Amino acid sequence: MQSFTYERAASAEQAAAAVAARPDAKFISGGTNLLDLMKLEIERPAHLVDISRLPLDRIEETAEGGLRVGAQVRNSDLAADPRVRSRYPMLTQALLAGASGQIRNKASTSGNLLQRTRCPYFYDRNMPCNKREQGSGCAALQGFNRMHAVLGASEACIAVHSSDMAVAMSGLDARIETISPGGETRTIPIGDFHRLPEATPHVETVLGHGEMIAAVTLPSPPPGRQVYRKVRDRASYAFALVSVAAIVETSGDRIRSARIAMGGVAAKPWRATEAERTLAGAAASDGAFTDAAEAALAGAVGHGGNDFKIPLAKRTMRHTLAAAAESA
Amino acid sequence: MAKTDNRSGPTRRTVLEGGVATGVLLATGIPVDAEPADTVTAAASPTPVPTMPMSLRINARDLAVELDPRTTLLDALRNHLGLTGSKKGCDHGQCGACTVLVDGRRINSCLTLAAMHEGDEITTVEGLAEGDRLHPVQAAFVARDGFQCGYCTPGQICSAVGMLGEAKAGWPSHASADVAAASVALTDAEIRERMSGNICRCAAYPNIVAAIRDAAEEA
Repeated sequence: MQSFTYERAASAEQAAAAVAARPDAKFISGGTNLLDLMKLEIERPAHLVDISRLPLDRIEETAEGGLRVGAQVRNSDLAADPRVRSRYPMLTQALLAGASGQIRNKASTSGNLLQRTRCPYFYDRNMPCNKREQGSGCAALQGFNRMHAVLGASEACIAVHSSDMAVAMSGLDARIETISPGGETRTIPIGDFHRLPEATPHVETVLGHGEMIAAVTLPSPPPGRQVYRKVRDRASYAFALVSVAAIVETSGDRIRSARIAMGGVAAKPWRATEAERTLAGAAASDGAFTDAAEAALAGAVGHGGNDFKIPLAKRTMRHTLAAAAESA
Repeated sequence: MAKTDNRSGPTRRTVLEGGVATGVLLATGIPVDAEPADTVTAAASPTPVPTMPMSLRINARDLAVELDPRTTLLDALRNHLGLTGSKKGCDHGQCGACTVLVDGRRINSCLTLAAMHEGDEITTVEGLAEGDRLHPVQAAFVARDGFQCGYCTPGQICSAVGMLGEAKAGWPSHASADVAAASVALTDAEIRERMSGNICRCAAYPNIVAAIRDAAEEA
């Protein structure tokens, strides 16, 4: 690990200013991803600003009937919150499908959103990776790529975003609140927060340097039953091959509305808006779920090792939609 | 690196460091009595590493240490405070051998900096027993033979202690059918899912699960 200096932030504004003041500074919160990458010298900050003790650790009711989740709320506390469990069950399910008990006790809401990909070539400093080293190339394109993206990828990068939590938040239309060094705040819809790789895969979000996440707001829970389904190589403590978060609202045997987000398929939580449109007003049937799955994966491109993800994502979506519609 | 070590007598680490210094003297061909040994050692070292003072509360004892900011909580425990019960397996949060309790919650001590835990109540496997009376989870691991080589055991035990607290608080898991249910029954499937952050290379899992089941029923 490269040497760094450390300070504990006194306030959100001071933290943002401290990071903004130095291009080589970073925030540290739970540290479960950052320290892992620092040990491998993939991340090499020269200064760390510890924001884990800032008073951003509460979950509060909002006027619109939703919840405002402080950036420092730990993943385990968010998953266990009785309001989240009863009103946003797919968020609890997604959080509990991710990582281990120890890591969820440490990882923060904001850090989960900002975690970096687990692409093995990103982790291997002997291999080219445009995300780690701009312009060096992408070893995954012709390499071992069964974990990689089938949607929204580019010739520069086919890595996926690894979060489960963010997939559920995408389906829930969460909004991300940030604070900048000057104290200004802004709100970013989660769909606009992560960037697709295009030619600059090292730029993963729309955040500026020193801009800090303060909270994530969940709008009031949408009508319908929520289900999060994750498919992975082992039953626990593994990243998703494919995951689907679905909310299906039915009226009789017809679907009034559906919201669907996918994980493990792209560099960001992938909102399947075409599939949602296909389902609105359709009969709740396997035919409709199949049409939706086909629409969601219509633009999918495999890279050899991950070709299986396209049919797997379709089947997972059909299964998840059926489960959400069945008990609605 | 400066060490504030409350123990007296040589440790394995100081013996190793002494061995390195002697090796330098031999390799450079400088007669051992030509120069004071500390001068030679200083010349052989790279730029001194900056350190920062911090106070850690571990197993109900307040300890002052001066550490490189890079020091993980695990390395602070093992290399600077003589608490070698917490083990280093993967050093990347994947195996759970380093699990300790911070304010009663289980975390991977390898994936956090010691500096981040000033003011926290840290409990390691050494701090679980009360005198000669083992913690119920420790006693259950002994009774059920919940290990083979024993390397993962301190992490398994600390993790189980934290996990039982989570279950008692009604936290659901990935194995829970209804995450909104107010309480959970710790079935074997629940125990296995909740303990998935602790790997046992000897695969003593059946007895580990049995030990945790016993401890849960006793609690």
